Amino acid sequence: MPAKHPGDLAGDGAPVVVFCIGNPSRGDDALGPHIHGQLENWLKSAGLDATVELIEDFQLQIEHALDLAGRQLAIFVDAGVETPAPVVFRRLAASTVATHSTHALPPESVLQVALQMGMPLPPAYVLCVRGESFALGEPLSPAARTSAAMAMQLLKNVLEAPESAGHLAAGG
Amino acid sequence: MSYQLETAAHPESLRRVAIDPVSRVEGHGKVTLLLDEQNKVHQVRLHIVEFRGFEKFIQGRPYWEVPVMVQRLCGICPVSHHLAAAKALDQVVGARQLTPAAEKLRRLMHYGQMLQSHALHFFHLCSPDLLFGFDSEVTRRNIVGVAREHPEIAKRGVLLRKFGQEVIRVTSGKRVHGTGAVPGGVNKALTVAERDELLRDIYQIIAWSRDAVHLIQKVHMQDPGLYNSFGIFRSNFMSLVGHNGDLDFYHGTLRARDDNGKAIFDGVDYCQYERYIEEEVKPWSYMKFPYFRALGKEHGWYKVGPLARVQNCDQIPTPFAERERKEFVDYAGGSPLHAPLAYHWTRMIEMLHAAETIKDLLHDDDLLADNLLVEGERAFEGVGVIEAPRGTLFHHYRVDENDLVTMANLIVSTTNNNQAMNEAIRHVARRYLHGREITEGLLNHIEVAIRAFDPCLSCATHALGKMPLEVELIDAAGERLHALARG
Repeated sequence: MPAKHPGDLAGDGAPVVVFCIGNPSRGDDALGPHIHGQLENWLKSAGLDATVELIEDFQLQIEHALDLAGRQLAIFVDAGVETPAPVVFRRLAASTVATHSTHALPPESVLQVALQMGMPLPPAYVLCVRGESFALGEPLSPAARTSAAMAMQLLKNVLEAPESAGHLAAGG
Repeated sequence: MSYQLETAAHPESLRRVAIDPVSRVEGHGKVTLLLDEQNKVHQVRLHIVEFRGFEKFIQGRPYWEVPVMVQRLCGICPVSHHLAAAKALDQVVGARQLTPAAEKLRRLMHYGQMLQSHALHFFHLCSPDLLFGFDSEVTRRNIVGVAREHPEIAKRGVLLRKFGQEVIRVTSGKRVHGTGAVPGGVNKALTVAERDELLRDIYQIIAWSRDAVHLIQKVHMQDPGLYNSFGIFRSNFMSLVGHNGDLDFYHGTLRARDDNGKAIFDGVDYCQYERYIEEEVKPWSYMKFPYFRALGKEHGWYKVGPLARVQNCDQIPTPFAERERKEFVDYAGGSPLHAPLAYHWTRMIEMLHAAETIKDLLHDDDLLADNLLVEGERAFEGVGVIEAPRGTLFHHYRVDENDLVTMANLIVSTTNNNQAMNEAIRHVARRYLHGREITEGLLNHIEVAIRAFDPCLSCATHALGKMPLEVELIDAAGERLHALARG
């Protein structure tokens, strides 16, 4: 995708964006990149690669707000700690989440930054996949692999019928 | 250059305050303060997670994987590790001189990295402190608070960072985990279309960078009593300098000065770094404490990064940034300025220089050539040094006859600044906390001093819910009296 001109906040990407966040060398923090790889293959085979843009990064940052421009749906996939279930899929609202760190913004704050920049927000969801171990150089834990498979099944359902995202979300 | 407040005389009788981890810096850090019953400060220490685990992680891998693997050290400055490793391994493949296209493409990537990292730090890590004051409530100090109350500043920060990342993307092939630099050169040429996309925006980027310098200059000059003294300590300083003493982030020789600006060494081939620099181990920290061998442990420690670089070079080879450097030097009055908050001013001068250099490179037709790789006589050891956003970064590798890495030694910028950061927070503790009731605003003074150095504490996993901030007050008996947690 070509660089956007500074100040140009108009979107020119696919209607759906999926952010996959994590460091592939830190144990279950690799859940995001792992799911990114699986999604990339599946989207091609399902013929959906033109309608879904995948963005992989180590962590969310403020510039990811720009990637929301012009979207109809945004999904943030990330590993979680002490997540109450193996996979939690829930609707997000923009908010100023009290945080001590800008090293990694929570997804709610990315939405808030987009709002502050005058951008209309798409419906947005977080898919939090429970991680168990985050040690340097470790592979994905067996539990995380199981959770990743559940997450993939959920994502396939959502991406095949984006209008169903609300029904599939917790409380939907 | 003292070690006052490093170790208390009778720690067993003191109250302990821990800030764990330090907020709004990359990765994990922890500050501990030992206070007596009158809240007088007896000991202050900054503990930081080290990269040694990663050095072990690299050992045993094929050398050509290393420039890609080391990017996983940090999500904020992966390009610096990528290029430092590639420079070291150039020596292993016998690439003594890269092709003009390869060197300029690497420079373009690196200056894009400097631009985006400095923009992130200034606009989103520190501007909340600078614009709202050190005592403002936590939720307003964070990035979103800036966006709400200063929408134009926040927007420029986003777009400056975005532009720097586009430079990285077109030179490395990907937005993250790029593979642009390889031992002996680069593996991707720049297309005319990619160059023209960047050229379209660069003059706006330069203009915003100039504005940023003037903004921090104004903030600094409005309160010289604070900005020239907060956390101040005197020290030696070190950086690479380029040809003719130019400011150069990508390549050069090592130069060090003492606290008065007098040369300690100059023109040093960085491959000989072990002759000049040694690392001390202290029992209370995982991170080592480097110092100049010639001056010894007590007097040989130093600082690196923008404040060191801008005052260590003889000139900046781009006109707008050079004009700003001269203003800074004039303001300092002819001798080195050691105030940690002056890092912000010099960081913005460097961001402007990065923007101007990107412009110059984009107008250089060498960038479009397709002669990208060289090789020569095989070697088994290499040292790569680069000026990363936070300061001088050393990568040193040994490789065996099977192409596997047998030794890796990294001295990262934050390690070079280890003693300097400890001294800064000790000064702040003495000045602001000594004998006073500890409040969150006062604890933030400690964090303001740390953030001035822009420490990178290794890119710890960022998973949702993984990085709480805890502040604990523990009495002499080890009982927790009070605790705060968020994140």
